[in-house]
Amino acid sequence: MNEVVALAAATLSAGTPLLLAAIGIVVSEKSGVVNLGIEGIMLVAAVAGFGAAHATGIAELGLVAGAAAGAALALLFAVLTLGLLTNQYATGLALALFGAGLSAFLGQSLQGESLATRGADGIPGLRDIPIFGPALFAQHWLVYFALLLVVAVAWFLSRTRAGLVLRAVGESPEAAHALGVPVRRIRMMALAFGGACAGLAGAFLSIIYTPLWSEGMVAGRGWIALALVVFATWRPARVVFGAYLFGGVTMLQFHLQGRGVDVPSQLLAMTPYLATIIVLALISRNPRWIRLNMPASLGKTFTPNT
Amino acid sequence: MTLPYVLVPRAVPARAMLWASPLLAIVLTVLAGALLFALMGQDPAQGLKVFLWDPLATRRGWSELGLKATPLILCAVGLAMCFRANVWNIGAEGQLIAGAIAGGGIALLATRDSTRMIVPAIVVAAALGGAAWASITAWLRDRFNANEILVSLMLVYVAQLLLAWLVHGVWKDPEGFGFPQSKLFESAARMPIVLAGTRLNIGFVLALVAAGALWLMLARMVIGFQLKVAGLAPLAARYAGFSERRLLWFALLLSGALAGIAGGIEATGPVGQLTPTISPGYGFAAIIVAFVGRLHPVGIVFASFVMALFYIGGELAQSRLGLPSALTGVYQGLLLFFLLACDTLIMYRPMRRKVMAVSA
Repeated sequence: MNEVVALAAATLSAGTPLLLAAIGIVVSEKSGVVNLGIEGIMLVAAVAGFGAAHATGIAELGLVAGAAAGAALALLFAVLTLGLLTNQYATGLALALFGAGLSAFLGQSLQGESLATRGADGIPGLRDIPIFGPALFAQHWLVYFALLLVVAVAWFLSRTRAGLVLRAVGESPEAAHALGVPVRRIRMMALAFGGACAGLAGAFLSIIYTPLWSEGMVAGRGWIALALVVFATWRPARVVFGAYLFGGVTMLQFHLQGRGVDVPSQLLAMTPYLATIIVLALISRNPRWIRLNMPASLGKTFTPNT
Repeated sequence: MTLPYVLVPRAVPARAMLWASPLLAIVLTVLAGALLFALMGQDPAQGLKVFLWDPLATRRGWSELGLKATPLILCAVGLAMCFRANVWNIGAEGQLIAGAIAGGGIALLATRDSTRMIVPAIVVAAALGGAAWASITAWLRDRFNANEILVSLMLVYVAQLLLAWLVHGVWKDPEGFGFPQSKLFESAARMPIVLAGTRLNIGFVLALVAAGALWLMLARMVIGFQLKVAGLAPLAARYAGFSERRLLWFALLLSGALAGIAGGIEATGPVGQLTPTISPGYGFAAIIVAFVGRLHPVGIVFASFVMALFYIGGELAQSRLGLPSALTGVYQGLLLFFLLACDTLIMYRPMRRKVMAVSA
């Protein structure tokens, strides 16, 4: 029983960075822009957040710094893709590579540093319930905030006028432009939101999850989050399911290692990546399933002057 | 958002900008680099001298440049074929590692009595290893329509872990003091040196030959023509009956094989054994090289030298100025950003808003 409790708690924690990054990606991509630089954003945010938390001793300040760094990098991406009309895929790759380099550069002096211990986690009252308390309600507040954020995004996209406009921009920017919708401004805001979410995810990793900074520590989670959005066919509820599923896969692997299962750790560590490939292949097999919810103009450059 | 300038599409792409853009991007990167040195409290001129000039001051420096350019050329010319065919293979790093594993595996079989005949075997095994790794991406894309960007990238992590598993396990050197690395390769299994007194090996020659061969292929062969058309005008390619599937497989297997050779050469050349970190991200840097080199084999050779300079400059900046060697990664990222920004001028013309209002 204790093991199930521990695994559930660990799954919640491991799924949260994926969830945060993925829900931000949903918003960006619903506006028709694909940002492949999420991994780079998460890395820079992880180091910026860790640095801020380390300097001030306040974890929350680190999270804010991470989100701000993420939004700033996403705006750089926006300037290039929306302002200078560069190819979204190539620019995203550039951001991923730049982020990896910049984070390693900025983090060199933080390598091996540790953070001051933080206060008790969890939701007062609920965390004292036997079994369910420690399994579900004893996490850092950001874990629950991430879930609230998903609900808010789902509501925004499906129930508000602004959400409808954002989706219209992603489906047909030309039509939206003709109706007087400021396509580029909306895409810029969607990208900044996606960047802030990815930044929060990166800062969560370095400040709360690990908590330390090491080079390349995001370990592909940004890319997995991008894949997750495809699996979830851009639907927030499915993003939650996918993020915790992958969080669970990651943690199960550690638990198996902990129990001394006779499989080398390197092979076990492959599971999240192999799982991503397998699920991606299974979901992509039916193109209609993917296209049903995929924003029609995803990845295409929009030139307002023609 | 009303800026004084707007971008107006050109009727024909500006040919001059096509090649001026990478040069402009390199200049801008160097200027940004100087600014970065100044921000870190270094003399920018001194910093740039260490980063960009010192590596070129000696014969040894040039040979090291060629050594670092070798894997970049091999990976980037292959990637260029993929990008031309609209196949977004970004997993050259994984294919390189797979090649290092396959080539290194053959090299580990060598004994004291082995002859030089093992060198071609290593290169062939490395090519097959890289191609096999790329074939996973090709198959999943072909059979299941799985996004090749994500699959090829996930396979990089898998390849890294596979290599780590091998050197922590079955291939671990029993006399290696517990370090996760294979034994040193026998001298017969090391890449022959082509410039006495340096580390420059036959791999550099192979890389140049590969670039030349691909140039010929693009200019003279049907498959090269198909690659070009598929990238420039996918609908025309389909109308002409060029098989998309064939191009997908061809581009991925070719680039996988070339990246694999790069890995095999790296392992049996400068490294001399298998270690968990066989490549400092050559496969990723090659993406930038491919774009800076305009997806053209000749351009790529030049771009590889620029990128190699960044690698050596980063090492020198660390040893001589005490700066983090990760500076290289920042430079690489900046270069691609500047290139993409400059490339805008190929397809678009900045125009003053007022002028446009009159002409419209």
